[in-house]
Amino acid sequence: MSIVETPASGVPAGTPPEFPQDLRDKIADMVAHEHHARGAAIEAMRLTQKRFGWLCDAHMREIAKLCSMSMADLDGIATFFNLLFRKPVGENVVMLCDSVSCWLMGEEKVRARFCEKLGIKRGQTTPDGKVTFLPIVCLGHCDHAPAMLVNEELYGNVDTETVDRVIDQMKNGSVRGES
Amino acid sequence: MATIHIDGEPHETRDGENLLQAVLEAGVDLPYFCWHPELGSVGACRQCAVKQFNGPDDKRGRIVMACMTPATEGAIISVSDPEAKEFRGEVVEWLMTNHPHDCPVCEEGGECHLQDMTVMTGHRARRYRFEKRTHRNQDLGPFVKHEMNRCISCYRCVRFYRDYAGGQDLAAFASHNNMYFGRAESGTLESPFAGNLIEVCPTGVFTDKQFSKTYSRKWDMRGAPSVCAHCSVGCNTIVNERAGTVRRTINRYNDEVNRYFLCDRGRYGHGYANADTRIRVVGQLIDGVHHQVPSQAAISHFATFAEDGPVIGIGSARASLETNYALRSLVGAAQFSTGLAEPAHGLTLLAADILRTTPAHTPSLHDVEQCDAVFMLGEDALSTAPRLGLSMRQATRHASFLNADRNRIPRWMDASVRMMGQDFISPLMIATPAATGLDDCAVLTQHAAPDDLARLGFAVAHLIDEAAPAVPGLTEAESTVAGRIAEALLAADKPLVVSGTQLGSAALMQAAASIAAALMVRGKPAALSLVLPDANSMGVALMGGLSLDAVCDMARDGKVGTLIVAEADLTRQLAPERVEALLGQVRHFVLIDHSESPLIERAELVLPAAPITHSGGTMVNMEGRAQRFLPVAFPEGPVEVSWRWLRDFAESIGQDDRMAWQTLDDVVAAIARELTVFARIGEAAPSEQYMLESGHIRSQTARVSGRTAIRSHISVRDQPVPPMPDSPLSPTMEGTYSTSMPGALVPYYHAPGWNSEQSLNRFQQEIGGPMRGGYPGVRLVDAAEAVWSSAHYSTDLPETFAPRDGSILLLPESRIFGSEELSALAPAIAERAEPAVVRMAGDGPSEVTLTLDGIRHRLPVLRDDSLPPGLAFYPAHMTLRAFAAPVWVSLETAEALA
Ligand code: SF4
Ligand code: SF4
Ligand code: FES
Ligand code: FES
Repeated sequence: MSIVETPASGVPAGTPPEFPQDLRDKIADMVAHEHHARGAAIEAMRLTQKRFGWLCDAHMREIAKLCSMSMADLDGIATFFNLLFRKPVGENVVMLCDSVSCWLMGEEKVRARFCEKLGIKRGQTTPDGKVTFLPIVCLGHCDHAPAMLVNEELYGNVDTETVDRVIDQMKNGSVRGES
Repeated sequence: MATIHIDGEPHETRDGENLLQAVLEAGVDLPYFCWHPELGSVGACRQCAVKQFNGPDDKRGRIVMACMTPATEGAIISVSDPEAKEFRGEVVEWLMTNHPHDCPVCEEGGECHLQDMTVMTGHRARRYRFEKRTHRNQDLGPFVKHEMNRCISCYRCVRFYRDYAGGQDLAAFASHNNMYFGRAESGTLESPFAGNLIEVCPTGVFTDKQFSKTYSRKWDMRGAPSVCAHCSVGCNTIVNERAGTVRRTINRYNDEVNRYFLCDRGRYGHGYANADTRIRVVGQLIDGVHHQVPSQAAISHFATFAEDGPVIGIGSARASLETNYALRSLVGAAQFSTGLAEPAHGLTLLAADILRTTPAHTPSLHDVEQCDAVFMLGEDALSTAPRLGLSMRQATRHASFLNADRNRIPRWMDASVRMMGQDFISPLMIATPAATGLDDCAVLTQHAAPDDLARLGFAVAHLIDEAAPAVPGLTEAESTVAGRIAEALLAADKPLVVSGTQLGSAALMQAAASIAAALMVRGKPAALSLVLPDANSMGVALMGGLSLDAVCDMARDGKVGTLIVAEADLTRQLAPERVEALLGQVRHFVLIDHSESPLIERAELVLPAAPITHSGGTMVNMEGRAQRFLPVAFPEGPVEVSWRWLRDFAESIGQDDRMAWQTLDDVVAAIARELTVFARIGEAAPSEQYMLESGHIRSQTARVSGRTAIRSHISVRDQPVPPMPDSPLSPTMEGTYSTSMPGALVPYYHAPGWNSEQSLNRFQQEIGGPMRGGYPGVRLVDAAEAVWSSAHYSTDLPETFAPRDGSILLLPESRIFGSEELSALAPAIAERAEPAVVRMAGDGPSEVTLTLDGIRHRLPVLRDDSLPPGLAFYPAHMTLRAFAAPVWVSLETAEALA
C-alpha cells in the first residue's frame, strides 16, 4: 500500500507481469465455491504472492475484481497480514520476532548481527536482492525465544551463530529449519 | 423497564439497553469512543469500562465494558470505582501514545470528543516519551480533510462509511500501531455521505475542508437552527456564522427526520450564500444597464409599474411559504404561479393530492428505516433525496435485526448483528431506467422505460388487489417480476413504496399510489413516499397556483402588466425561447432573488433577497412536515427577506391593510388564518416571543471571543448588537441556554463537560429518542382524514414503450452534485460535480449531437449498459438548463455529421 509507512525496500518494483490466466481461473473457481465471494480473498492473495513473491497494485486490482471487492477493502486485508507483502522482497525473507519474550531473550543482539552482516536496516533488502530483513510479531515460539522465520522455516533459540549460519545458507541458496 | 444501581443510586432504564446508554440516560458522565448512538457497540476502544458487581455482597466486582453489557434488572455497577477509573485513565493514555497533541492547530479543537473524554477520565499527564509513528495523509476531495496522526483507532469511520452508508472506498489498513483509515490511494471519497465522517470521527482525523478555509472555533461562531434547502427531505441543520459570512453547516438532530446524518449536498450547499453570485444591491435597468438605486426608489418604481395593468406573481418551490404567500397576497390567488412549468407543475400538485387522499401512511425518514420491504419505483431516490436513500438502505437491515432477536443478541451489538445477519436482508426492490447507487443492497433490479415501469407498478397493484386495474400485454418476464415484488410486499409487516417526480411521469406516481392503496386494502400498514424536486415543493403544492405555462398564455394574450418573480429561475423551467417570449410580452419585469440567474439581465428592477441563512421562514418537506428555519447572519445592506419587499410593494400601492406584517410571526399567523391546510404551521417552532426560562436563547456561546476586538480598528467600545430579525434567539452571548430547549431552536450543542456534538445525548429524552424540548416540526396532512375507495385507483395506464428509429428518449438524470439549483452555486459542490455526459447503452460513438428545443448540442457519451435500448440519461439542469423531463430527441452521431 502506498500510504501506510510500510518498510522501505531496495528491490525495484518494475512493471508487473500480466495476471496469468490460470491463476485467474483458479481464483474464479475458488470464488464460485465460497458463500460470499470475498471469502476467497486471502487465499487468492496467498497464491498470487506465491507466484510473484509479492502483491503489486495491478494484481491487487485483478484480485479485487474477481472477489467483487473494492481495492480499499482488499488492501485492508492485505496490509493486516505480516506475511502478505505489498512491496517487492528479496529471494529470502528473514522475519525476526521483536515481541516481548524475544526482546527479553536477546532479540536486539541478533538484530544487530543481521544488520551488520547484511549491511542493511530492518525493512530493507540487500543490494544483491538476496535477503529482506523484517521484524515480526510473536511467532508463538516464545519458549525458544528469540525466534525467527526464514522464508517458511521457523528458528528457535537464535543467537549470533545461527545468524551467521543462516546467512551463509542463504548465500548458497538453501535454507532449512532447525526447530 | 429495569432498575439498575449506578454508584448506589437506583435508576430506571429502558428494556434492551446497554449499560453505557443507561448510564448516559441517567445523566452520569462516562467516557466512550467507539459506541455511537446510531451505529451501536463494538467494544473496540475499551474506554467505557465500569465495575459490575454480582450482588450486594460482591465487594470485588469486575471490570466490564459498559457498551457491551446489557442493562439487566438489578444490575449493580460503579462508574466512580477507583479501579474502573484507573482503567479508563490508562486506556486514554494508551490511545494517546501516538497522538500528536496538536489541538491548537486542529480544526476539531474546542468541539473534540477526544478532548472531552480525556478531561472526563481525569488523565492529564503523559508518560510516553518515545517516538510517535506518523502517517502520510490523503487528499480526499473537496469536502473532507485528512490528518491521520490524530487517530485513536476507534473504527467509527469505517463502520459509518462502509457498514451504515454502503461506501466501498474507505477502509481500515494495517494493524496495531500502524492502523490507517483512508482510501487505497488519494482521491475524492465516493460516498455522498462522506461529510458525516467529520461528526462521526471523535477526533480531528476527518475535518471539514471547506470550513477549514475560513475556520473559526466553535465557541466563536453564532449558530442558528436551519432547514436544508437542497431537496425535499428537509433535513435539519445548524448553520454557523462569524463576521458576516456563513462558515459551515452541521447536522441538527430531529428524531423523525434526519437524525444523526446529512448528505454532502446539504452539508456543503450553503456555499451559495457567500458566493459572488449573491445579489446584494438594488438594481434598476436604465438604458439597458443596471444602476444601483435606493430601496425606496425601487419600491416607488414598482408602484408606477403596477398602474400599467395586472400584476402577476411567480413564486418558487425553493422559497419559503412566507415569501410565496406574500406574493400570492399581493397579486391575488388567481394571478399567482407556482413557478413550475409542466410537467413539474402538474406532478408536484399531484404529489400533494396523493398525500391528501392516500389511505397509506406517509413515513418520516425514521419510519422508512423501520420498514421491512421497500419498492422504489421510477425514482432514483438516492440522487433526488439522498438522505431518504440512506434510510432505505437501513430498511434492508430489518431481517438481520429479527435474526438477532431470535438469537437473543441485543440490536445494539453491532458487529454480531451484522455478522450473523449477512444473509438476512430485507427486500429492497428497484425499478428504474438504469442502475442506482442502492443496487448493491437490492434483491431485485429492473431497468425499463418510464412507461414500462409504470405498467410494472400497476401490475404489482393488480396482483395485490384485484380491484386495481389489470395491465394488458405484459411480457412473461414482466409478470414474473411483478409477481416477485407483490409477493415480497405482501410478506412484509411494513411495506414501503417510493416514487417521485424525477422521470416526469404521473403514471409512475399513480402506480406507486395504487400499490400502497392495494396493500392497505389487503390489511398491510403500507407507507408511501413521493420525492419532489425542491425543498418547499410540497408547500407550494399545498398552496396551489398557476403553472408557468398558464402565465405564458396570459402574457401572450397581453394580460400581464408587471411580472414579479420571487426566488425562481425561469430558465430552469422554460426553454430559452419561451423565456424570451414571456419576458417580451410583459410590460415590466421585477426580480426578487438572492442569487444571480440568467434572468437578472432582463429585470427592470432587481431586489436583493435574503437566502435562508439570512432569514427566517417555513418550508414543507415531502412528507408534508412544516419546519422553521431561522437567520444566522444579518442581511447585508439593502438585502431583505423577500416577503418584506412584497409587503413594501403592497404598501406602495395602498394595500397595506392586508399585508401590514412587521415580523415573521405576523406572516405565519396570516397564512394559518387564511389557508386551512396551513392552520398548524405556527406549531413548527416557538414564536419570536419565546423565552427559555427568563430570557431569549443565546445564539453565541458564553465564551465567544473578540466581541470588541473585531472592530477595534474603529473603536474599542462594546457596540449594541441589533436584534436578529424574525428570530426568537438573542443575537449575542447574552441569553439563556439549557439542554431542554425546543429542538427547533437549538443554535449549538453544548452541555457541561461535553463540547462536541456528542453532547446531544444530554438533549434527548432518551438516546435516539425525541428532543427533551420537543418541536420536530408539524405534519400538515393527516392520513386519517383520507377517504379512499377502490374507485380511486388510477385507470390511466400507459402503453408499452416503443423505441423509435433514429431517436432516443432522453431522461433526466438527477445528480446529487450539480442538478440542484442553489447547491450548484456553492464552489465546493461545483468542484465535486462531475461533467455532464449522455449515458446510453452499447458500444456507440463517444459523442452525439442532439437537437433539443431547436438547438443542436454536441455532448460526450458514457457507456452505461444498464440502460435499455432507446433510452439515454442526461443530467437535469446542468448544461441543458431547462432540461428536466423526458423528451424524444433525434440523434446524429459525430461521424454522421462529419
Ligand atoms: S479516523 Fe477517527 S473515526 Fe476513524 S478510527 Fe480514527 S479516530 Fe476513529
Ligand atoms: S439535500 Fe436533502 S437529503 Fe441532503 S441534507 Fe439536504 S434535505 Fe437532507
Ligand atoms: S515473543 Fe517472540 S515468539 Fe513469542
Ligand atoms: S465505547 Fe465501549 S468499548 Fe468503546
